[in-house]
Amino acid sequence: MTTTINIEPAQALDIYSTMLLIRRFEEATERLYQRGIVRGFLHTYIGEEAIAVGAIPNLREDDYIIGHYRDHGHALARGIDPNKAMAELCGKSTGTSGGKGGSMHIFDAEKHFMGGHAIVGGQFPLAVGMALGIKMKKEKDSVVMCFFGDGAVQEGEFHEAMNLASLWKLPIIFMLENNLYGMGTEVNRSNAGGENIFNAAEPYNIPAVQIDGMDILLVRETVIEGIKKVREGNGPVFIESMAYRYHGHSMADPTNYRANSEVEEQRNRDPIDRFKALCLNEGLLTSEDISRIDEEIDSKIQIAVEFAEQSPEPLLESLYTNIYAAPEA
Amino acid sequence: MTEMILRDAVAKALREALDTDDRTFLMGEDIGAYGGPYAVTKGFLEDYGEDRIRDTPIAEAVFVGAGAGAAMIGMRPIVEIMTINFSLVAMDQIVNHAAKLSYMSNGQLSVPLIIRTVTGGGGQLAATHSQSFENWYASIPGLRVVVPATPQDALGLFRTCRKDNNPVIFAEHSLLYRVRGEVPEEYYEIPLGQARIARPGEDVTIVSYSGMVRVAEEAAEKLDELGISAEVIDLRTLSPLDLETVVESVKKTNRAVVVEETWKTGGFSGTIASNIQEAAFDDLDGPVLRINGPDVPAPYARNIEQAMIPSADWVVESVTYNFGL
Repeated sequence: MTTTINIEPAQALDIYSTMLLIRRFEEATERLYQRGIVRGFLHTYIGEEAIAVGAIPNLREDDYIIGHYRDHGHALARGIDPNKAMAELCGKSTGTSGGKGGSMHIFDAEKHFMGGHAIVGGQFPLAVGMALGIKMKKEKDSVVMCFFGDGAVQEGEFHEAMNLASLWKLPIIFMLENNLYGMGTEVNRSNAGGENIFNAAEPYNIPAVQIDGMDILLVRETVIEGIKKVREGNGPVFIESMAYRYHGHSMADPTNYRANSEVEEQRNRDPIDRFKALCLNEGLLTSEDISRIDEEIDSKIQIAVEFAEQSPEPLLESLYTNIYAAPEA
Repeated sequence: MTEMILRDAVAKALREALDTDDRTFLMGEDIGAYGGPYAVTKGFLEDYGEDRIRDTPIAEAVFVGAGAGAAMIGMRPIVEIMTINFSLVAMDQIVNHAAKLSYMSNGQLSVPLIIRTVTGGGGQLAATHSQSFENWYASIPGLRVVVPATPQDALGLFRTCRKDNNPVIFAEHSLLYRVRGEVPEEYYEIPLGQARIARPGEDVTIVSYSGMVRVAEEAAEKLDELGISAEVIDLRTLSPLDLETVVESVKKTNRAVVVEETWKTGGFSGTIASNIQEAAFDDLDGPVLRINGPDVPAPYARNIEQAMIPSADWVVESVTYNFGL
């Protein structure tokens, strides 16, 4: 597939800004982790920004998003306040879940951002249920966008969900982020079908494509087309975006299962560099625009870090809140 | 009052839910065209249609998780897992997801999902089809665990579960479906976390739930013939747990025995016993007795299967021997 350039300068600015926001946010989280302020498991999205930014902004407010634990990029692309996201990573009361979820469990119900799920494959049945709920309510032609990695497709829940979603023609966009490794296990060592996971959708009668997930405009174009199909009531679609994470699976990962040269080679496909070059070549953005955005993003991240660091810890009493929801009136 | 078997009480509860709340739908294996594996939903498909009575593939993880997903966006699904043994296939969705979403989202999400399932042994179905896992689920914060022993309780508790905004394991004992009981004709609800004194007594407290309540009641009758007055407590729900009623009773009788169908190791009777001794140690005239099935997988042959299920005689013997009554 080749990319056609069909965006306006304002859209180019949004796309570039959001990808850069994610990149800089993730770099800041790594620094906070090294300082011991962000703890637990931290999985960064660096290298994969084009998928979230190519996909999520094409959704409507009434659509739903659900995904996995590498979720900061998705959250920011959905417009979740970076201050609140950063505070959540720092375990602060001002975080998206008041410090109860952490990096892997970001939720924002108002924005229909339904998590951040850290059991590999666990989000699939929930996605099916949300899509079923949408269909049964018959109110709108909303859709569910479900993100997952290459590691998740060997889980039974994936196959059960693909079958039921197709059988009941549910409105789901299955967004596979294939970054070639499930933790340290290369996809060729886990998937009988090799790198081309999208073939797994065929037996379930789900239309599937595989694209360069580091080409933002291609992701965008493919997702727009996919959402349209799903809204028409034809059941789910499956989009496999080939990408790469530059850093380890988590901060605990020494990445000794792959060569540095491989990482360097993949960096040549960098989604942000490529998009920046394209925008400059095509006159969508000027170098002044780029410098201005760079500064704006740096400042946003600095504010988010300060906000998170200065926010109070959760009250001790909050340990016992929201275990159960209150009954209906 | 009207008489009804427990199966019909559950069916009535389900019909009420479908009749009064269009956010409610049923989903599970063979609940529609087949009429329900235990015939609870017989005739539902004809009355409510296939959109609301959803036969699913044999894929517990996805249809239980889908119940949670639909609940997350405002539906109020009721999912049926054919037996609690199969719930293990969906355990990730129940324990890691449904039970956690309210807490992890700090109250932004709730999961008003009722998971109906059939529990218990005694049907000669052997090791994989005769288990009771209510105690496992009761140890998970975020879940409700409801274990009715009578038709009246089944209906009244279910009505409360429908208003609850949390995932509920509603475990129906297979051998109770044909048990008959009186049910009030006027509308009533039974709150969660309120145990029932099934039979008042003075000398010993027998705590039980689900299928074991009948055993406890039968034991109490036999003890009565021996001049021993037993108070039988039906917990009705394991989560939330009504310890107050149990402790009050023990303070009066000074003796306690817990009767439970599942294995002794890790059994819920251990939780009850430890709570009693913490709260009423000085009131006890002897150790809190635990009568559980022995730690063996359920066998098929009737005589050895029966030998592992607590019986009234077993309770009577244990009470008279251990308490010197």
